[in-house]
Amino acid sequence: MLSPLPYVLVGLFMLITSFQFTQYYSSMKTTLDTNAVNATLGFANVVLVFLIPVLTMKLFAEERKNKVDTLLISSPVSITSIVIAKYLAAVVVLLILTATTLIYPILVIALSKISPVEMIGGYLGFILVGASFIAFGAFASSLTESQVVAAVISFIGLLLMLIMNGVQSIVGDNAYKVLKWFSLLDKYDAYQSGKFIITPIIYYLSFIALFLFLTIRVIEKRRWS
Amino acid sequence: MIEVQNLSKSYGQIKAVDNISFTVEKGEIIGFLGPNGAGKTTTMNMIAGCLSTSTGTIKVCESDVFENPAEAKKHIGYLPEQPPLYTDMTVKEYLSFVSDLKKVEKSEKVQQMNQIMDLVKITDVQNRLINNLSKGYKQRVGIAQALVGGPEVLIMDEPTVGLDPQQIIEIRKLIKALRKDHTIILSSHILPEVSAVCDRVIIINKGQISAIDTPENLSKGNGNSLKISIKVAGPKKNVTDLLKGVDGVANVELVNSSKDSEESDYIVEANPDIDIRKPIFRALAAKDYPILELKSMNLSLEDIFLQLTTQEKEVE
Repeated sequence: MLSPLPYVLVGLFMLITSFQFTQYYSSMKTTLDTNAVNATLGFANVVLVFLIPVLTMKLFAEERKNKVDTLLISSPVSITSIVIAKYLAAVVVLLILTATTLIYPILVIALSKISPVEMIGGYLGFILVGASFIAFGAFASSLTESQVVAAVISFIGLLLMLIMNGVQSIVGDNAYKVLKWFSLLDKYDAYQSGKFIITPIIYYLSFIALFLFLTIRVIEKRRWS
Repeated sequence: MIEVQNLSKSYGQIKAVDNISFTVEKGEIIGFLGPNGAGKTTTMNMIAGCLSTSTGTIKVCESDVFENPAEAKKHIGYLPEQPPLYTDMTVKEYLSFVSDLKKVEKSEKVQQMNQIMDLVKITDVQNRLINNLSKGYKQRVGIAQALVGGPEVLIMDEPTVGLDPQQIIEIRKLIKALRKDHTIILSSHILPEVSAVCDRVIIINKGQISAIDTPENLSKGNGNSLKISIKVAGPKKNVTDLLKGVDGVANVELVNSSKDSEESDYIVEANPDIDIRKPIFRALAAKDYPILELKSMNLSLEDIFLQLTTQEKEVE
């Protein structure tokens, strides 16, 4: 709790997204509404691609490096519990970040009209995408002892997932069908238009489960090497 | 309390630990002795459940460390070579975290923490950031961490490394005080410390056990001979022959002699079953060769250690 990093991240996040929100607002002068908020959230997701690697790089890497992980490994707590606990800690930071964006909907409610379903859908998508990013970041952190390498792996991985849509022309149709699974961001477009489908939720949850599972396996394998 | 059977650990082709077996009874303090790279830390890591074995089983308090880790680890307090301290926490916060980790009952937590801090003498720094503590204090916090939860077994890897002589004595006192309620395995390079504190010593070299015995038994040498250093005034040849003639003397060696004086030093190797000093006295007195100095030269643990680890002999 004494590390300044989370505070810096939150501050930076607020700065960038607030700036973007006002941009949207000023470009849609007459329609300050849910769309502005959702568009900002969509932008915020991209910001997260940069911020989350920094947030998650420390989850596992640093402790292995200076051997502090011995404490956790030698305690009667299972590796699964440890991974999930660390993951949830990072998700809490994400939720705090999300809470800072609540000012936008409040503004919209105060100054204009809000469409609740779209709003909730938008936030749900935002949180799920963020939580998925964190799961991937946690996985990257478990792969290495260097925080920097972990951050770089996360960043590149998330970036790739971001631009997955544009990759089709390069890798051909079949490969694309597989890679499309990793394309996180386009899955929740439906939410933003107010349609509440269950499939994307399941998708995100399985994405998270997959990478948390992989993280647990990586750590266990190390112990058993 | 602790049963290790046929323990081995290989990293690819390299056998770090090669078929080690031993038992530790309740209330014992066992010392691991061995050169760097002998496999002490690897073995301790495995016993604490932090590293997997290649072959073999480890049981702590009847629980197999790998079949049943949650149960086994409840009984183990581990202090690794580098104490796993979270440097951005205060001592109190850290110990509180460890208490939660080890599933200490909430109702007992505060009292137990205070007791431990008292025992290890860190109560006055409990609100200080661990990062700001001296090495000695950090080591003590490491020991405190191992004590949390009241585990029956304590595994300490070089608990006094890097401490000043005063602190070393205090830690030694602490370890001796702990033996009442704990079974302890510790490893050390400081041989006198091991012989002072431990009930039994396990000497490990190149991943294998060279010897397991009490420090006294090991000190008596390989059981083959007892050595005495003696300074006698008298003609060298006469004294040497005289000494060789004493019943029970196996070997006499002239160590050094000053050219002008008649005094010479000898090392006498004799049968350990008899007290050779008396026959030597009588023999020399009979010929009027005064004994100026007489000293028992039992092998120190250091000598045994060097002997065993350089000759690579198996001594049971």
